[in-house]
Amino acid sequence: MTDTREELETRGPTNGPPPLLRFVAAKIGGGVVSLFLVAVLGFFLFRVLPGDPARTMTRSTPVSAEQLAALRHRFGLDQPLYLQFRDFLLNLLHGDLGTSYIYNRPVAELILERIGPTVLLGGTATVAAVLVGLWMGTRAAWRQGGPVDRWFTSVGLTLWSVPTFWLGLLLLMAFGVGVGPLPGLFPVAGMSSPDVPAGVVARVLDVAHHLVLPCLTLVAVIYAQFMMVMRTSLLEEMGAEYLTTARAKGLREDLVRRRHAVPNALLPTVTLIFLHLGLVVAGAITVETVFSWPGLGLLTYEALRVPDLPLLQGTFIVLAGSVIVMNVLAELIYRFLDPRVRES
Amino acid sequence: MITVGVRASRARRAAPRALLLILTLLLAASVPAFGKHTPATAADSTNGGEVTLRVGIQQEFDSLNPFLGFSLASTDVFRLIYPTLTTYSAEDFSVVPELATDWESSADKLTWTFHIRQGVNWSDGRPVTAHDVAYTFKRMMDDPAAATANGNYVDNFDSVTAPDDRTVVIRTESPQATMRSIAAPIVPRHVWSRIDNVAEFANQRMPIVGSGPFVATEYRPQQHLTLRANEDFWRGAPTVDRLRFVNFENSDAAVQALRKGEIDVVRDLTPTQFDALRGTEDIRRVRGKGRRFFEIVLNPGAANSAGDPIGTGHPALQDARVRRAIDRAIDRERLVQRVLSGYGTVGAGYLPPIFEDFYWTPPPEARRPFSIEAVNRALNEAGYPRGPEGVRRGPSGRVLDFEFVLHGDSPTDALVGKFVKEWLSRLGIRVRLQPVSDNQVNQRTTAGDFDMVVSGWSVNPDPDYVLRLQTCGARPKPGGGGLPDSFLCDRRYDELYARQLAEFDHTQRVELIRKAQRRFHRMATGLILFYPNALEAYRSDRFEGFESQPSDGGVITAQQGYWGYYEARPTEQARTASGGAGYRSAAFVVVGALLLGAVVVASTAARRRRTAEHRE
Repeated sequence: MTDTREELETRGPTNGPPPLLRFVAAKIGGGVVSLFLVAVLGFFLFRVLPGDPARTMTRSTPVSAEQLAALRHRFGLDQPLYLQFRDFLLNLLHGDLGTSYIYNRPVAELILERIGPTVLLGGTATVAAVLVGLWMGTRAAWRQGGPVDRWFTSVGLTLWSVPTFWLGLLLLMAFGVGVGPLPGLFPVAGMSSPDVPAGVVARVLDVAHHLVLPCLTLVAVIYAQFMMVMRTSLLEEMGAEYLTTARAKGLREDLVRRRHAVPNALLPTVTLIFLHLGLVVAGAITVETVFSWPGLGLLTYEALRVPDLPLLQGTFIVLAGSVIVMNVLAELIYRFLDPRVRES
Repeated sequence: MITVGVRASRARRAAPRALLLILTLLLAASVPAFGKHTPATAADSTNGGEVTLRVGIQQEFDSLNPFLGFSLASTDVFRLIYPTLTTYSAEDFSVVPELATDWESSADKLTWTFHIRQGVNWSDGRPVTAHDVAYTFKRMMDDPAAATANGNYVDNFDSVTAPDDRTVVIRTESPQATMRSIAAPIVPRHVWSRIDNVAEFANQRMPIVGSGPFVATEYRPQQHLTLRANEDFWRGAPTVDRLRFVNFENSDAAVQALRKGEIDVVRDLTPTQFDALRGTEDIRRVRGKGRRFFEIVLNPGAANSAGDPIGTGHPALQDARVRRAIDRAIDRERLVQRVLSGYGTVGAGYLPPIFEDFYWTPPPEARRPFSIEAVNRALNEAGYPRGPEGVRRGPSGRVLDFEFVLHGDSPTDALVGKFVKEWLSRLGIRVRLQPVSDNQVNQRTTAGDFDMVVSGWSVNPDPDYVLRLQTCGARPKPGGGGLPDSFLCDRRYDELYARQLAEFDHTQRVELIRKAQRRFHRMATGLILFYPNALEAYRSDRFEGFESQPSDGGVITAQQGYWGYYEARPTEQARTASGGAGYRSAAFVVVGALLLGAVVVASTAARRRRTAEHRE
């Protein structure tokens, strides 16, 4: 890291477009190339999966061999692989992700329908986990080895290592159904109740009500990583001389931490946050299953079972795409957050 | 450096503030729990005296288009919203009139005439006529996309005509006894003739025009499907006002939702869940006979439809004596007890006991009771002596070492595999368990790449389809495809199969089907181990009962018909009570306590912070 920076710093002014623009263009270009490679990889990857989509889909209904052959023909599975690949690429260039085998609907439409709930759940949980994690990490590092540090670290790591599925079910039992005198406070499944009266406020409250348990589960499991990274990077700053200087100026401990130590410790955490944001779309699959949250994770799971190739390819592109986009964003934002990188 | 004293005071402050944060978050989101509208309680199912029956399902609707939907969830809904020519009675699965009031077949057994009920209307007010029926079948015959889900019903159709509004005439290519049970949904011609591309039509515009006891009115994918009672239904309006299928991705969550009263009925319970609900207040359990059989297929020398051998089957299994020996080495009683916790029936015949008339059990002389000693003797006599290490060898000298393919995600398969492996090892037969994905099970079955494989099918009231799976014609074509089950290709079985399909007299046909089962049992290519029960439970505080199918020990959901949902009997409480009141007041108490706690914590924290700052 430092080496690259020094290298950049020593480079003299060059001709052509301004360096910032070039930097941004290069990053975005790289992202687009990665996305394309992902799409190609996805096509072949899922075709290696064993199984016959037509047969798996029709398991619960009596069908004749002719019906199965007709299904395969409609899916284009009776064509040679290179023709299937050509069609796939042509459609992709037109922005067409194909039609789902199971649902007989355009893949793009299905993904759009389900990406909202997933982003809502994953986004809320990530924001909450980041806030809780950073706050706890700061406290823990500031009093390294103290009771707060020991508590936060051990609770955080315990939750981090607990299976998500199990924790979700426990929370569902405790707060969804109720234990002993505690009544069930939250719904056990779904994203909304069917009979909520009209009105935006009622609907928003209803969704928020459904969101609590899945969100709590997700936060409990993921906040520890933000906490630990924040704690570690703050510990690295703890002995720094600028903190002594700040204290010598007579600043309160609170302010020393908030204005001097935390901003410097935040940088590695930002990288982690953006990497994690990319996974928001993919990461909630277990929680979605426990709480029957109608999101993208479940859609992918259903698609994988058949395998519904167009749907799998579509979700794969979207999941990988979000990671790539977030990575590009992280690199761009890092530049603005860290003055040393910006100046280069 | 700072002093230890200051550190400690900060630490005291940090913990309550974290608590405060969590409490606030919890509180903010639990607000609707005690608001005016209590969404997730029994209250929402009683809206102004209306009763909603809420059924938890663990499968998604693949499509609401009746020409495309395959999943059990979808076909269950099609029975509620679309008419069929005939249906199966709730008492005993006998074929009874539905849209067709009566029907007759010609002397040459090739022409069928159905008379359509008068005064039945689509939910948009137009009358249901014979033209709708003819249109539906013709579309399935002419448009490959429309044949996707139910094409097998019209495979043997030569022509379909509607000479007038009330008569449908169908001519078949060969005699077909199953003509009385065509379960394909009939669609309104005036709606569907405007749909050019059936394959891409989702049919999600609500309300869906149909003419069953319910009308689909609201659909949120992966969440729920709501139907309202069809007041104009020709048999009379259903007893409940609304019916709702609620999606659960996790059966434990569905059970908890039932306990809590968020749903009224839950199905597909595991024995453990079913046992755990025993004695629960306001919940009644239903142990119904199931439509499935659980089978182990022994590869009898797989071949394709041209007769060319395919796959990797062990030659010893081509000897029916070995297959029958393996059958006798399986203790079915034990399997039902240990694998199904007793919730199932010991198997032998091909068709499950839920279909009383077709159900066949071997007579005493054909029975193969469990006995390791007898089997050991039989194998010695048949020329499969034990070699070194006690493992048997065939006449060719090849060791009896079988690959047993199982569904990797099924606990039932895993247990059965464990038991069978142990029993066969006592015979001197080695078994290698191969748990693989569902897809691979299908693929290996079709390719004949197995010695033993787990199989099983849901049987329809007309068993023709599952019977056909064991015919020579079911074997895969040389180019692939096909739907083989046990690769049985037996002239006598095929003859019995063909005769039952052409036999229009029910008693005679039942006799032929029983004979076919006896032949299947004799050939022992598929060993029927057990028929699992269907386990369901419902809220008895809200529903007094459901029409079960069959009436003796049947199921209340996913029937072959709409009886269970149609004749659900709500309790007085469900009709009048606002429900959930107790829950709401309890919620008030808890939320109040939390609120009070939060205020105390907040004020303490604030005070501490102030004093701490003063100290500095």
